Amino acid sequence: MHELSICHAITGICERHAAGRPVARVCVDIGELRQVVPLTLTSCWEIAVRDTALAGAVLDVNHIPAAIDCHACGHRTVLEHPVFRCARCGGTDTSVAGGDELLITSLVLQEA
Amino acid sequence: MGRFHRHADGTVHVHDHDGHGHTHEHRDVGDHSGYETGALRVDVLEEILGENDRTAAANRSDLAAHGVRAVNLMSSPGAGKTTLLHAALRRLDGGTRIGVVEGDIETPLDAERLQGLGAPVALVNTANGFGGECHLDASMVRSVLHDLPLGDLDVVVIENVGNLVCPAEFDVGEDARALVFSVTEGEDKPLKYPVMFRAADVVVINKVDLLPHLDFDLGAFRANLEAVHPGVTTIEASAKTGEGVGAFCEWLAGVGAGPAERAMEDRHAHP
Repeated sequence: MHELSICHAITGICERHAAGRPVARVCVDIGELRQVVPLTLTSCWEIAVRDTALAGAVLDVNHIPAAIDCHACGHRTVLEHPVFRCARCGGTDTSVAGGDELLITSLVLQEA
Repeated sequence: MGRFHRHADGTVHVHDHDGHGHTHEHRDVGDHSGYETGALRVDVLEEILGENDRTAAANRSDLAAHGVRAVNLMSSPGAGKTTLLHAALRRLDGGTRIGVVEGDIETPLDAERLQGLGAPVALVNTANGFGGECHLDASMVRSVLHDLPLGDLDVVVIENVGNLVCPAEFDVGEDARALVFSVTEGEDKPLKYPVMFRAADVVVINKVDLLPHLDFDLGAFRANLEAVHPGVTTIEASAKTGEGVGAFCEWLAGVGAGPAERAMEDRHAHP
């Protein structure tokens, strides 16, 4: 249940950037390689913002698929299963090209 | 570390993060469908766990200043982290000087088991956090780090809360990560918890003394582990019989002698 910790981290960053202005929407990128359960995250968000200045702000989650780049053949493989092997050449010398994001991308402020 | 980011209007930026991000604001123009009328969009591009990562870097730096390396010891509950550490401390007998940070949700029981082995132990009860955490974070470790006599140590072993999910997300300032897996857990665990198994620098396959009594297929487990984390170091061990404990001690000693400052950013990138 680290989703609650993550939501508290998000609220801290939001409050700093919003500087007292009302927040309508918080946009986050969450990679598939992060152990974040989407439904748990949005439930925890409701708990984290309850009775705070961020109450009512929508958490807008953009899921980023997991992908690896093969060092041998250069092919990019989008992973459907956690098997870190190049789909073209079978190589296992790869680096993660997507899916490790855990990022606040933007806020949408509601203008008075 | 630069990060690509594609906006809804198709523009792509790379940003270097100095830890405090940056902000630029603009009225919504172009295709920002779904945004409210009269809304002002503020680009943030900040790592959600950035504050934890900065605290972890401070922990790593404080340890390095004393010539100390840290190991994050992780496993599911009951896999045998404490028993393995107990056996390793007895075998090392001060050869590699170990200090322990012990994470436990409610009790000091694990810390008590490690008393009397010549290793100083600092206890973090994670219930002091927000309602009882399922993992250690960098600030919890920081709160007790200086309770240890760092000048007299080679390696600090940070025994995390038993959990195969949450600890993988939180850098606590370690230089290396050890995952203890017990053969009673089933062959499929790497596929179910790939992030944890990928985060590990060494996977200790524990309780191998039980293999004759189990249906556990070690070959299938190794194939699953290899799919998730090709080439990862493994040690077959039994904290009970002592098998593999020496190899784990050698691994710990190697971390103690190794280069510092292996940043958490590497963990998703290394092959």
